[in-house]
Amino acid sequence: MVLVFLESSNHKIKKNSLEVITYGKKIAKANNGKLIGIHFGALDDSDSCNKYGLDKLFILNEPVFEVFDSRLYTKAIKAVYLAENCQFAFFGFNLNGKALSARLAAALDGGLVNGANSFADLNGGFKVQKTIYSGKAIATYQIVAQHKILSIASNTVSIEENPSTCEVVNFNSGIAASEVKVKKIKEEKVAGEIPLAEADLVVSGGRGLKGPENWGMIEDCAKIIGAATACSRAVADAHWRPHHEHVGQTGGAIAPNLYIAVGISGAIQHLAGVSNSKTILVVNIDPEAPFFKAADYGVVGDAFEVMPKLNEALKKAKGV
Amino acid sequence: MKYLVCISKVPDTTAKISFKNEDKEFNSDGVTFIMNPTDEWYALVRALELKEASGGQVTVINVGPKDNEKFLRSAIAIGADDAVLIEANEETESYYIAKNIAKYAQENGYNFVITGKETISFNSFSLGGMIAEFMDLPFINQATQWMLNGEVSTIYKEIEGGEEVLEVTGNCVISAQKGMAEQRLANMKGIMMAKTKPLAIIPIALGEEKVQVSQYQVTPPRGNCKMFTLDQIDELVQALQSEAKVI
Ligand SMILES: Cc1cc2nc3c(=O)[nH]c(=O)nc-3n(C[C@H](O)[C@H](O)[C@H](O)COP(=O)(O)OP(=O)(O)OC[C@H]3O[C@@H](n4cnc5c(N)ncnc54)[C@H](O)[C@@H]3O)c2cc1C
Ligand SMILES: Nc1ncnc2c1ncn2[C@@H]1O[C@H](COP(=O)(O)O)[C@@H](O)[C@H]1O
Repeated sequence: MVLVFLESSNHKIKKNSLEVITYGKKIAKANNGKLIGIHFGALDDSDSCNKYGLDKLFILNEPVFEVFDSRLYTKAIKAVYLAENCQFAFFGFNLNGKALSARLAAALDGGLVNGANSFADLNGGFKVQKTIYSGKAIATYQIVAQHKILSIASNTVSIEENPSTCEVVNFNSGIAASEVKVKKIKEEKVAGEIPLAEADLVVSGGRGLKGPENWGMIEDCAKIIGAATACSRAVADAHWRPHHEHVGQTGGAIAPNLYIAVGISGAIQHLAGVSNSKTILVVNIDPEAPFFKAADYGVVGDAFEVMPKLNEALKKAKGV
Repeated sequence: MKYLVCISKVPDTTAKISFKNEDKEFNSDGVTFIMNPTDEWYALVRALELKEASGGQVTVINVGPKDNEKFLRSAIAIGADDAVLIEANEETESYYIAKNIAKYAQENGYNFVITGKETISFNSFSLGGMIAEFMDLPFINQATQWMLNGEVSTIYKEIEGGEEVLEVTGNCVISAQKGMAEQRLANMKGIMMAKTKPLAIIPIALGEEKVQVSQYQVTPPRGNCKMFTLDQIDELVQALQSEAKVI
């Protein structure tokens, strides 16, 4: 049996979780097993459950799970995992997924690969790849432990439909209220923006843009194609842009379908956070900018000339 | 309070990565190693700041070969009180690194175990969660701020599309990232003291293997970058649409 951890927003299963379902379904089929989902909190998305192949869905809706606490979530996940005789547990490679996969691996004495980005090779074992050295290399891991735990990088598989009839189980973990050690004091969402970590398309600016007042053309570009915005560390350090936009080794690591880098030199520490992008477009005034060596498409030119033209062309192409 | 800060050793951020022995082993020839940046800049410095504000002890710990002593000495030079090296070979799995650190922390009454968010070598993001599980403690990952008032930690972390503030009562494990502190350099006094402060070396306890690396490979370069001029922007957009199929 394969257990998948599901996250939702507005009662709908998130895209990354659908990818995890697709991944899990393939492993379940290969092992003639069932695919079991687990979700904390109410969920009203039976369409997706049936469409993408869940056989069973555990809903855990006790008050102790109101705030994400990896300790209590892991206790509950472990209980379901063992009750259902699972051998595999898959998570999304995001903030909560990473914490849970690590904890569950320890709790089950299992083998873990955090950030797997290939489909598992099942010939003679269970082998899976992930990038290491901040994108500079790839390692193939073989999980030899009985319990195999992965967190799966986004865009590793494309979502596939796999019609099934999903049985929904309301599961009671019985965890006592006195076990709650983590309280949430405050949460602030940046309204309206596309969260960077989940974005399929990202437009990013560097010091070549000269100042925060010139970000209009980056934001316009993002709006036209429905992208999130990002920036280099130099830009975040200069307070031109908020820190959560900073990508690279010390910032966030992203893997969108398209990364557009404008006025960013392509320092190795920047590349560390973006080199897993499927397609990279670089706009830079300097033909020798190192970023061109890591790009698929390039324009040598002044961003202040290129971006208005690019935005016009994108508008036309998208019919907006 | 007693703080245990986990320090790992990694190749310098700009190091060229290559492998040897039929791509089964890291080639360390000509590679400079450093303390993992998030461990040094954020986890260690924040623990020192909290200790300076309200007392306690900051111990740095590494699981690795004897030679790693020098990175622990560097951490002492920055301000740690003492160090522990759990002697192991370079390839020790995260599971056993975590298990041994957790055991040490538990037996020696540490209140907080602090790690970096990830090593820049294996990018596993795993150790903190595993240590927390072995110790049955809360784990806050990728924290950007940490304040301590008596027993109560107030911890900020970025979440997808925003930020949240959490309160944890009692002991916990925290993985640190940018925002938590500013890098500190060792001063002369620290460097002098580093030689005299205690550094214990203890053996590792291992068990059955969980995960093996069967192969390494250097990431293949992208194909040639297709260049477009200012007059070819329409062609570029067309390529994004029909060739790359990303918009
Ligand atoms: C340990 C460590 C960790 C780091 N982590 C990160 C990280 O996570 N993320 C990160 O980004 N950096 C990181 N850095 C910093 C990194 O090394 C670079 O300094 C940084 O990425 C540079 O940012 P930039 O490309 O915006 O600026 P610059 O290097 O100043 O590059 C600006 C670019 O803009 C171009 N340009 C100038 N004018 C124009 C114009 N009119 N039109 C078009 N192009 C123009 C220039 O040719 C140049 O290539 C780290 C460094 C260290 C040492
Ligand atoms: N061998 C080690 N010894 C001590 N701490 C380590 C070791 N490896 C990793 N760590 C710590 O765990 C964090 C996360 O590492 P990882 O899970 O490997 O990405 C690092 O930032 C360090 O703080």
